[in-house]
Amino acid sequence: MTYAIRAEGLVRRFGATTALAGVDLAVPTGTVFGLLGPNGAGKTTTVRVLATLLAADEGHATVGGYDVRRDAHRVRQIIGLTGQYASVDEALTGTENLLLIGRLLGLSRAGARARAGELLARFHLSDAADRAAKTYSGGMRRRLDLAASLVGRPQVLFLDEPTTGLDPRSRSELWDTVRGLVADGVTVLLTTQYLEEADQLASEIAVVDHGRVIAQGTPEELKAKTGGQVLTIRPTDPADLATVVAIAGEAAAASPEVAQTTVTVAVNNPGVLPAVVRRLDDAGVPVAELALRGSSLDEVFLHLTGHRAESDAPTGADLERTPA
Amino acid sequence: MTAATVTAPLAPARRLGVVAGLRHTLTLAWRSLVQIKHNPMELLDLSIQPVMFVLLFTYVFGTAIAGSPGEYLTFALPGIIVQNALFATMTTGFGLNNDLTKGMFDRLRALPIARWAPLAGRILADTVKQAWSVSLLIGVGAILGFRLGNGLLGLLGAFALLLVFSLAAAWISVLVGVLVSEPDKVQIFGFTVIFPLTFTSNVFVPTDRMPGWLQNWVEVNPVTILADALRGLLVGGPVVGPAAKAMIWAVVLAGVFAPLAVRALRRRV
Repeated sequence: MTYAIRAEGLVRRFGATTALAGVDLAVPTGTVFGLLGPNGAGKTTTVRVLATLLAADEGHATVGGYDVRRDAHRVRQIIGLTGQYASVDEALTGTENLLLIGRLLGLSRAGARARAGELLARFHLSDAADRAAKTYSGGMRRRLDLAASLVGRPQVLFLDEPTTGLDPRSRSELWDTVRGLVADGVTVLLTTQYLEEADQLASEIAVVDHGRVIAQGTPEELKAKTGGQVLTIRPTDPADLATVVAIAGEAAAASPEVAQTTVTVAVNNPGVLPAVVRRLDDAGVPVAELALRGSSLDEVFLHLTGHRAESDAPTGADLERTPA
Repeated sequence: MTAATVTAPLAPARRLGVVAGLRHTLTLAWRSLVQIKHNPMELLDLSIQPVMFVLLFTYVFGTAIAGSPGEYLTFALPGIIVQNALFATMTTGFGLNNDLTKGMFDRLRALPIARWAPLAGRILADTVKQAWSVSLLIGVGAILGFRLGNGLLGLLGAFALLLVFSLAAAWISVLVGVLVSEPDKVQIFGFTVIFPLTFTSNVFVPTDRMPGWLQNWVEVNPVTILADALRGLLVGGPVVGPAAKAMIWAVVLAGVFAPLAVRALRRRV
């Protein structure tokens, strides 16, 4: 198997903060690789290092076989990059934005114009081709941004949170586009905060947290690791929280987390739910809410790291157990 | 698209030639200029302020300071051109900051283009804008009675000197553009620095009409020196002395601010 992207031990510090604490990646050519993690996990920094925008302090990486430091100019000839914010020139029209990139990539005037027309049509922007990009909707800007990163027919495409802030329809359109690109042989490195997105697109996912890859595998493997399901219990009386935590923890054989008045615990075994219901009943604890659902990114994180995806705080369970 | 995706160069070039870099610079300058087409307000911005300054100063202060609007125009127009040129350098920092904050700069840096092309393209475009406002100022001045004392040669000399000085001063703008968090702050910086700088020169009022303590500063103020050089070239009078001093200032400004700006830019991206 050949790898379009390889990274070994990437470390990058910003002052006292360590954004990357030793990232290793191997992305097989012609696949979608998902980099999944919360804000500040190091996803964007990883992409910036691989796209030659930022030098790593330690470690090395190759894209298309070229070293991102020593052969940066070659890497830039085979990559496309769509950042977290649609980075198009808002004062230019859709056509002009694509002409600019085409000309910079060395296409002839006519060649750049033809390529621009082709991409605008493909992304349903032909009608808006001669309007300044600042008049575009969010979804249109994203499409133009993606079109701009495809002008040079990249072999490797970096998509940094491409659907953040998009409505569901634009999101699924973008997913279709990515699938089409991969069918054409393009390798895609996708960063996302959404498990669903990684699940939909990626054949392999690396979960990053605090600048490290903490788990890697196919979406199915990851979901299996997290136990797949989560049990949520909210007692009617918050005074019962400690009892609920004890019961849930024992039944699920895992350490539950408490957020406000709700207890959540990862569940691997179908017998847990009836067991919990029985014990709650035995203990005489009235319950306002009791639910079993599939795992989300939150639970993947909870399971893998012991802390919630959105916060940098130590495990919620530790914090919350004390007052109860 | 299907068959075409695989046509990327099989063996990408290792390095980039200077000619390619110049081509990138031209393309990026086109990018900065073509937007005027969609935003005619920008052209008005470039035109109204200088014209307004000429008209206001000539007719409001002219008689009081120089005895007549005509004489004052001869005195003040070269300086107004300097002031305008300094304000115009701020567009470089403004545009750069816009690119940095909106992510456009990253997009350009991820392309296989010369590293210096985005900045050079911007500066080239701003030089074209600069040329437009200078021509406009001379044109309006001519209508109001300003006469060139040294003909076309003087005009070309004035333009060349102004260009060199602006290129040097643009590094201050680049530094500010890299350091501030949003484009509007570049404008604010421009106004708070350039206004006092040009008003404490001999652009609008002759040095001997100012308080003694201020005269000391006015005489070393680079704006005074450049204005004197332009008066020499456009109207008549000493040229070599002020022009040489203006060039020294340009070298000092570029020598100090270019490395600072480049370092700040490396740090920010």
